[in-house]
Amino acid sequence: MISFNGLVAICLAYVVLLFAVAFFADGAARRGRGGWLRSPMVYTLSLSVYCTAWTFYGAVGSAARSGLEYLTIYLGPTLVMIGWWWVLRKLVRIGRSQRITSVADLVSSRYGKSNLLAVGVTLLSVTATTPYIALQLQSVTVSLEVFSGSGTGSAIGALATDAASGDGNAPAQSANSAFLVALGLALFTVIFGTRNLDANERHHGVVMAIAVEAVVKLFALMAVGVFVVWGLSGGIAETLARIEASPLRSWDINGGRWAGLIFLSAAAFICLPRMFQVLVVESADEDHLRTASWAFPLYLLLMSVFVVPIAVTGLDLLPAGANPDLFVVTLPLAQGQTELAVLSFLGGFSSATSMVIVASIAVSTMVSNHIVMPLWLRLTGGRASMSGDIRHVVLTARRVSIVSVVLLGYFYYALSGGGTALASIGIISFVGAVQVLPSVLGGIFWRGATRLGALAGLFTGATLWAYTLFLPSFGPVIFSAEFMSAGPFGIGWLAPHALFGLSGMDPFLHALLWSMSLNAIAFFVVSVASFPTPLERLQGAQFVNIFQHSGGPRSWSAGVAQTEDLLIMSQRILGSDQAIALFRREARRMGLKGDLPEPEPGFLETLERELAGSVGAATAHAMVGQIVGGTSVSVQDLIAVADESAQLMEYSARLEAQSAELSRTARQLREANQKLTRLSVQKDAFLSQISHELRTPMSSIRAFSEILRDSDSLSDAEQSKFASIIHDETIRLTRLLDDILDLSVMENGRVSLNLREGTLSDVIERAVAAAAAGEGDGLRIQRNHVSEVVRLHTDLDRLAQVFINLIANARKYCEAEKPVLQIRVRDLGDAICVDFVDNGQGVPEESRDMIFEKFSRMSDQKAGGAGLGLAICRQIMERLGGTISYLPGETGGAFRVRLPRDAALAAE
Amino acid sequence: MTKRLLLIEDEPNIIEAIGFILARDGWHVKSHTSGKDAAEVARRERPDVVILDVMLPGKSGYDILREIRADDSLAGLPVLMLTARGQSKDRELAEQAGANRFMTKPFSNSEVLDAVRALAPAS
Repeated sequence: MISFNGLVAICLAYVVLLFAVAFFADGAARRGRGGWLRSPMVYTLSLSVYCTAWTFYGAVGSAARSGLEYLTIYLGPTLVMIGWWWVLRKLVRIGRSQRITSVADLVSSRYGKSNLLAVGVTLLSVTATTPYIALQLQSVTVSLEVFSGSGTGSAIGALATDAASGDGNAPAQSANSAFLVALGLALFTVIFGTRNLDANERHHGVVMAIAVEAVVKLFALMAVGVFVVWGLSGGIAETLARIEASPLRSWDINGGRWAGLIFLSAAAFICLPRMFQVLVVESADEDHLRTASWAFPLYLLLMSVFVVPIAVTGLDLLPAGANPDLFVVTLPLAQGQTELAVLSFLGGFSSATSMVIVASIAVSTMVSNHIVMPLWLRLTGGRASMSGDIRHVVLTARRVSIVSVVLLGYFYYALSGGGTALASIGIISFVGAVQVLPSVLGGIFWRGATRLGALAGLFTGATLWAYTLFLPSFGPVIFSAEFMSAGPFGIGWLAPHALFGLSGMDPFLHALLWSMSLNAIAFFVVSVASFPTPLERLQGAQFVNIFQHSGGPRSWSAGVAQTEDLLIMSQRILGSDQAIALFRREARRMGLKGDLPEPEPGFLETLERELAGSVGAATAHAMVGQIVGGTSVSVQDLIAVADESAQLMEYSARLEAQSAELSRTARQLREANQKLTRLSVQKDAFLSQISHELRTPMSSIRAFSEILRDSDSLSDAEQSKFASIIHDETIRLTRLLDDILDLSVMENGRVSLNLREGTLSDVIERAVAAAAAGEGDGLRIQRNHVSEVVRLHTDLDRLAQVFINLIANARKYCEAEKPVLQIRVRDLGDAICVDFVDNGQGVPEESRDMIFEKFSRMSDQKAGGAGLGLAICRQIMERLGGTISYLPGETGGAFRVRLPRDAALAAE
Repeated sequence: MTKRLLLIEDEPNIIEAIGFILARDGWHVKSHTSGKDAAEVARRERPDVVILDVMLPGKSGYDILREIRADDSLAGLPVLMLTARGQSKDRELAEQAGANRFMTKPFSNSEVLDAVRALAPAS
């Protein structure tokens, strides 16, 4: 026999062992030597968290009450593992690439990172998990009581009966022990569930401890089974005979209930927060699923194989009314096998603790991530993003959540007083938890699923579950007997157990049918009717097409290889020397000898910050994530990258604009320079020309004046001739200077016009007279006096100067034998044209664009002009608002002077 | 034997002045006003000295000089260049083209006379 204290001591020792295992595993993982921690066997064993105290104790109880029905709970997961292996693989892949931390996170992330959905799933999970935790606490305390009250073997049955009677009077001692167990579990979970700062939310120590517990509970159950079959019944044949003789044989299989239970356990295997935690979040490698797909069903088979023999033998050997849920412990105890009973108790203890630990980690992650953190961030107003110690806040939130969740379970236990048979609490929890199934499966297989659809489905399912199953489970405390039978306000079709008149069904099946079907329908209909946001659409594509998006499976753990990849990438971005220096510095900080540091969070953050300086924060995060996490780039990353590149594009567009402006300025400068150069050349040419024009007459003047001065023997005729040459050249010089000044004044725009009124005929008359002065030769001028009667308002003197020039040119250059100059006046409507046409050779076509330039002279220097005449004419006409141009198509030289209309007044 | 001088110049008054001065000194002066056939005239006339104006209608004095220098039959023909443009680059151009002397208008009569005398082959 063993004392209560002795049992508690064994429990403590066992817990200490678990601490040691977890501590060792964590340490090994941190030092990067935990390769064996990530073996597929550990993964498979960790899945056994599915088998809680409910399965450990309850399966035998269920078999004793309902025959083989307990098998459904094992069949569901087995079907999923074997038949839906690919669904799990998809879930694991999505969980990996999207850094999913919980079911709530999965649903929220899929539906456009909706926090409302996350909160909904979290609340549902808390609600569904709490009774389950209570169940575990209850199982531990009840099984403890079996020992504590045990003085003699005969008393056991009575105690067991008492404990199972459910009259709500749990002894104070059991309430205390439940509280102590709850505290101990919370402590363990806080220490090993939140010590890991790893962003991947993976807990090597916890997983290892769970795996050890899996072995313990399987070993315990099988030990009891072996004892029962070979120790009590005397062999396989005898056992089969005993089964044949037992009442179990006569129980019928209820088809509907079976199908419902198989479906429920299959769905729960995917949706339960703790299952999602070990299946997806803690998954080290999706290839482990391959092993688990056969190893886990095998585990379940071993767990279930001795259930019926134990149940049958228990019913046979123990007094009628003994609680079948406790046969696993009471049977060996009744047979005096205290050690075996203790082992069996430890098996149950393991089942309970592993469930509570994992479930509280899973639920607390949801609570802290989706409820506490958003609230905290809102309350602190975004200061968190500045302070950097947000990790600390997350951990604190998670620790508080763990303690709260476990204590919530404890209070539920204390309040309900262990009032219900274990199995039914489990089923109620299951139905609640699987309400997320439509949203999860729809989310990963159907791109049309929307956030509103998921919300609608979840809300409908959760409400129906609460109404038809969860709330009624509290008994008359919440829904009175009358309410249950007649429905609210006497509305029969709203009765919780007979919704829409569907009465006479198993309440569990009734609730499952209505909640799941209406959940799925609401989800589908609202999804079809609503429109997804862009983020939802992108996330939907990422989730549904995860295998196209995420390449091959990559392991979380690559150790040094990762660091090398990081170094290569960093060298590309930071430059070789700087990158190596950074890595060496980090390695020194970690106390490592080589140049490659461990890819631990601190280092990665530093690296990300360094890289962010070069490529922007979002890109840096995505790049590091690609290498370290094997994560695919999330939509938010992409959007952030797009933002950054938009900024870069804008910047480069600005640079381009500046560059365009610079080249435009350069072109303008080049043009200005060319113009200046051209002007400089022109100026040089002009000065050179002026020099030539001035020096030529001065040469004659100097030469002849020297002759006159130095020679005594000149004839009078010679003296007179030379003197007149000097005289003529002086006049030529004067005229040249006048012209130059005239042109200069005109070009500078400083000429003031003397506007007067007069007639065109007067101006021509004056010009002809002036041009003819001193020249008695035979240039005949033909005019049409009638057409010249045009009144003008212009600078008459300047106009006359132009005419004089043209007449003088005709006189100089017209080489006809009998030179004739026609002056024709034509009214063009908006302008008056005065054409000067002679009968000479005219100006050759190639020279016509040159004649108006300064110092351009036709062929030989015939008539001592400086070649400025036409240039001056052009300047004058510009000032007067008209033009002068060469008139092609005439036989001789022809010039057209064009006066604007406003210079010419209408003839009166 | 009278020395022969070819004056290539387009300004009539300057032809008259130089012609008068040199004739008085005993030169036989032949003048030509066009630039185009100036080198040909030089070949035909076989002068002892050439006075060449730079700015001529039809062809520049430099081109005519280069033509003369390129002609072996006119080897050693002394050329005095006259220019109305007194810039230093004109002098350089003249030297490059192979002018023996370079004078700027307006010139002094006695300088021209001295230059022509100096250029005339001693015989």
